[in-house]
Parts: sequence; structure tokens; C-alpha cells
Amino acid sequence: MSDFSISEPSRGQKWIAGILVVVYALITIMPLVWIIATGFKSSADAIAYPPKVTFEPSLEGYVNLFTTQTRQTEEYFEANPPETWYEEIVHDKGLAIAGPSRFGERFMNSVIIGFGSTFLSVFLGTLAAYAFSRYRVPLKDDLLFFILSTRMMPPIAVAIPIFLMFRSLGLSDTHLGMILLYTAVNLSLSVWLLKGFIDEIPLEYEEAALIDGYTRFQAFYKVVLPQAATGIASTAIFCLIFSWNEYAFAVLLTSGTAQTAPPFIPTIIGVGGQDWPAVAAGATLFLMPVMVFTILLRKHLLRGITFGAVRK
Amino acid sequence: MSNSVINRAAEATPPGMARKIKGLSDRTIAWLFVAPTIFLLLAVNIFPLAWTIRLSFTNYRANRPNADVKWIGTRNYERILTDSDIWMTMQATAHFLFWTIFLQVLIGFALAWLINRKFRGNDLWTTIIVLPMMLSPAVVGNFWTFLYQPQIGLFNYVVGFLTGTDPTSFSMIGDVNLAPWAIVIVDTWMWTPFLMLICLAGLRSIPGSIYEAAECDRASKWRQFWTITVPMTLPFLMLAVLFRGIENFKMFDIVVQLTGGGPGSVTELASINLKREAFEKWRTGYASAYAVILFVTVFGLASIYVKALNKVKER
Repeated sequence: MSDFSISEPSRGQKWIAGILVVVYALITIMPLVWIIATGFKSSADAIAYPPKVTFEPSLEGYVNLFTTQTRQTEEYFEANPPETWYEEIVHDKGLAIAGPSRFGERFMNSVIIGFGSTFLSVFLGTLAAYAFSRYRVPLKDDLLFFILSTRMMPPIAVAIPIFLMFRSLGLSDTHLGMILLYTAVNLSLSVWLLKGFIDEIPLEYEEAALIDGYTRFQAFYKVVLPQAATGIASTAIFCLIFSWNEYAFAVLLTSGTAQTAPPFIPTIIGVGGQDWPAVAAGATLFLMPVMVFTILLRKHLLRGITFGAVRK
Repeated sequence: MSNSVINRAAEATPPGMARKIKGLSDRTIAWLFVAPTIFLLLAVNIFPLAWTIRLSFTNYRANRPNADVKWIGTRNYERILTDSDIWMTMQATAHFLFWTIFLQVLIGFALAWLINRKFRGNDLWTTIIVLPMMLSPAVVGNFWTFLYQPQIGLFNYVVGFLTGTDPTSFSMIGDVNLAPWAIVIVDTWMWTPFLMLICLAGLRSIPGSIYEAAECDRASKWRQFWTITVPMTLPFLMLAVLFRGIENFKMFDIVVQLTGGGPGSVTELASINLKREAFEKWRTGYASAYAVILFVTVFGLASIYVKALNKVKER
């Protein structure tokens, strides 16, 4: 649209629209700001009435998140005075640090399962997307629809047999089991997105490579792959975000060794109920990477959330 | 496709090199590339689905693997379709689906329309608005229970401040009348950006020249909105509704964390009810029949909807 077109909104319109959108944005971001703020509150400040907007920042939540604590007697503290800053924080409440909490482990599980399944689904998805984009695959449209339709199944519906299957294969509560499961769930997204990206690469590049004596396979990984790099990277981030956020399968199929962070964070409890600063601290650490990725991805966001159906 | 180019190149070169140029045949490569994906999907989706269908005709219970498994025909299906609790669940699901989609379409479209006024900094604000959608629904849903606390919760405080009601006098997740709205609010907060982004793409796809032509014909702004803007964004809007419809029919994570289906069972949506049957009561056969019914419903409704969507697109 040209600058002087009659359909260009007026200055006044722009101002009003801008103000309304900014107001909505500020309201919608409040819960996220509140999560981050609560992570830095002391437990007393977190449950104060009225809710506290200004407060003395405290790392209590983070210390509680990463450690387990026990109540100790005065004699114990005289024999073992608190040495580090985090021991000081706990000492103020008459507690001593007993050891690390499970948060670190659960977070690492999320990392391992997230990256493992992302790598696999992008790898398999790229191959399949290339074939669907460049070759006459028999029943192509049916296969593509089949791949998409796997996403329509409620996770709980397939969880029953998957639970039984994992139990008989010894995959229950293992990293490998969760990686394979998330890979399968992510494949629909990665095939559809990547097919869109590869469709956009002109055929001429490959034809030129073939005439230069490349085999089909060499043309694929020396010409097409580098061309599709941005597409592959953004697909990978979408797959990673899905695995990172997934809850239904995680809560039903894992309980210990392979439990990821989403089912774990809501179970963080302190004395007499949920320890909100610790929950908020865990949530902050867990949500931060996705916030950063969202900002990096903003150009491809629309494509990702619609499985490539809408491109800008 | 480029097949002919390879063949021409192959014919023009000596036989030994020709084989090298061709490498593996196209057919083999295509098959090799697609097979792993299809295989994994068969193993993790179709095989379990077939298994679910088989279990749905039995009285199997997963917590008693050694008990006798009896083939009971369609008894599970009959029991589900005549069970009044299931119809309650369906009502709760319908309420949730209708209101979340209604509110998200309304707010999402309005936001997109405003952002399309192209004020300065609209990119930055769009990115901020999109954030909630990308975050873990379980973790964020869990935190909303804190915001909904009657005394210390931010939500109650703000509502109390704005309306003058006592923030301790109502509990969004503890009250039978308010809980269904508590989950609608969180879902709307989280997923309105989805509708907004897609509507924005729709609005941006309308060429400015159409409005200019309408302007020349002296069509009012109001008329332009209903005869140009709305019909031309409709296919986008319908696609977005399809995605949200399927997702919210399956809704599990946010609601489990917020209310767990309670109080009583007023927010027990289909997936939560199913989880209770399958993993708490361990009625595996019964739950399998339930799962099949849900899947057929989603698939059926989605197919009808896609047909309607294609009709709109053709216009």
C-alpha cells in the first residue's frame, strides 16, 4: 500500500488503535510479570494482602526451589554455622540445607527429552518433507493428510495403549520412550512445515547440481539442505517448544527418572501448602527460554502455529 | 519434474558415469525418505489406536493384568451413550468450547484490526501479546490458581478494586457457578493471540486497491468493513477456529492444573473425565470405548468443518 493511498488510516486512528493495543498488551502480560516478581518475593511478601507491587527482593524462592531443607536445633547451628549466602537465607527460618532438590534433575530431563525428540523429528521430517516436495510419492495427499490427522487424536485417548505398550517394552518412565513419543507427535508439524519451506526452494538449483554431476543424494544435502537452513531452524524451535511444554503424556507416562518439568513444577510444596515463590522461581526459569525463542521466531510464528497453512 | 533433466544428462554421458549421476533411483530415495516417518507414526499412533478399538470391546483393566479378559461386545459403548455423567461432561465441554472460541474470535479479530492500523511500534506490541500462547499451559495454568486465590490473588484484588466487591467474597475456582468461567478466562487469555495472528495475516492479505475502488464508489466505511474486510478474512478466521476447536475439544493441561475438574465435576471436560476413567478408576475397556467415541467425534466434526471451509475459500 502506498503512503498516500486513501485507505491508509489517519493519524488519529493510529493513535487510538495504538493506545488500545498497548493497554491490552499490558493487561495480558501482567500474569507473566507477576510470575517473575513472585519468584523474587519472600514467602511472607508473596501471600501479603493486598498483593504487594513493591517489595524487598529476596532469593528465598530460588533457594527453596533448588534445595531440600530440614528443621535444626540451636546446637546444630552452633556446631555448623551457615557459611554461604544461601545457607544464611535458610538459617533465618531455623532451617538447614539437607541437599539438592529434584528440580535440577527434572529440568535436565526436559532438556534431554526436548532436544532428543527435536533432533529426531526434524531429521525424519526433513527427509519425508523433501520426498513429498520433490518426488511423485504414491498416495501423496492421503499420506500427508494421515500425518496431519495424527495430531487430532486426544493425547489421553492414545495414552492408554501407549501406557500398556511402554509397560511391556520396558519403556515406561524412560528418556528413550518419551523421546520416541514426542518425536512421533512432532512429526506432523515438522513434515508439514518443512514441506512448505522446501517447496519454496527453486528446482533449478538442484537441476544445475545434477548436471554438474552430483547424485540426487548429494544434491539433497549439498544444495537443498543449506537453502532450507532457516526453515529447518525455525521448525526445530517449534518442535522444541512443543516437547518443552507438553504435559498430558508427561504426567501420565512418567513419574520419576524421566519426569519433565511441567508435571513437576506444580507439585513443589513448602510447609503448609504450595510454596509460591519457589513455584514462581521454577516457572520463571522454565518459561524464560521459550520467551526468548518466541522473540527470535516472531517472523515465522504464524507459519509454525498453523502447520504451514498460513504464510506471510 | 526434474526427472527428464536427469535422464537427458544420463543419456549424454558414458554408461559408467550415468549410474553415478543417477545414484539411487528416485523411487528408492522417495521410499527411503518417507518410510521412517510413516513407520514411526504407525507404531505410535495407528497401532495404539487399533489396540484402543480392540480393548473397547473388552472388560480389560490395566491394573489387573492377570485377570480374565472377557469379550463383551458393544456393552461399553451402550453404557457410555446412556450414562448421564458423560452427558454432563459433554455439556461442560460444549460450554467451554463455545465461550472460549466466541471470546477469542471477538477479541482476536478486534486486536488484529487495531494492529492493522499500522501504528508505530506495532511489531513490538504484537510480540508481547503473543507471549502467553507459547508458554507451558500446565505451568502457567498452575500459577493462575495463585492469581485466583480469594484473598491474596491478584485477579481477585483487581476485580475487587474495579467493581467494588470484596475480593475475599468470591472464589473463581472454588465456586460451582464461577469455575466454568475461570477456565474460560485463562484459555481466552492464553489463546486469543492465536486468533489475532491469523486474523492479522488475513487482513494483511487484502490488497489496498480493493478499498480504493470501494472508496471511489463511495461505499461507507461500515459497508467496506462488512463487504470487504469480513468476507476476505473469513477463510483465515475459520481456519483458526478449526485449530482452536480441535485443541479445546482435547483440552487437558490448563484445566487439570486450574480446577482438576472440580468443584464437584462442573469443569470436568471430556479429556479429564477420560483420564479419570482410564488412570484413576482403571476401567481400561470402558475408557477405550470412550476414547474411540471422542476421536470419532473430533474427526467427524473436523471433516464436516473442513468441507465448509473449502466452500468458503472457493467463493
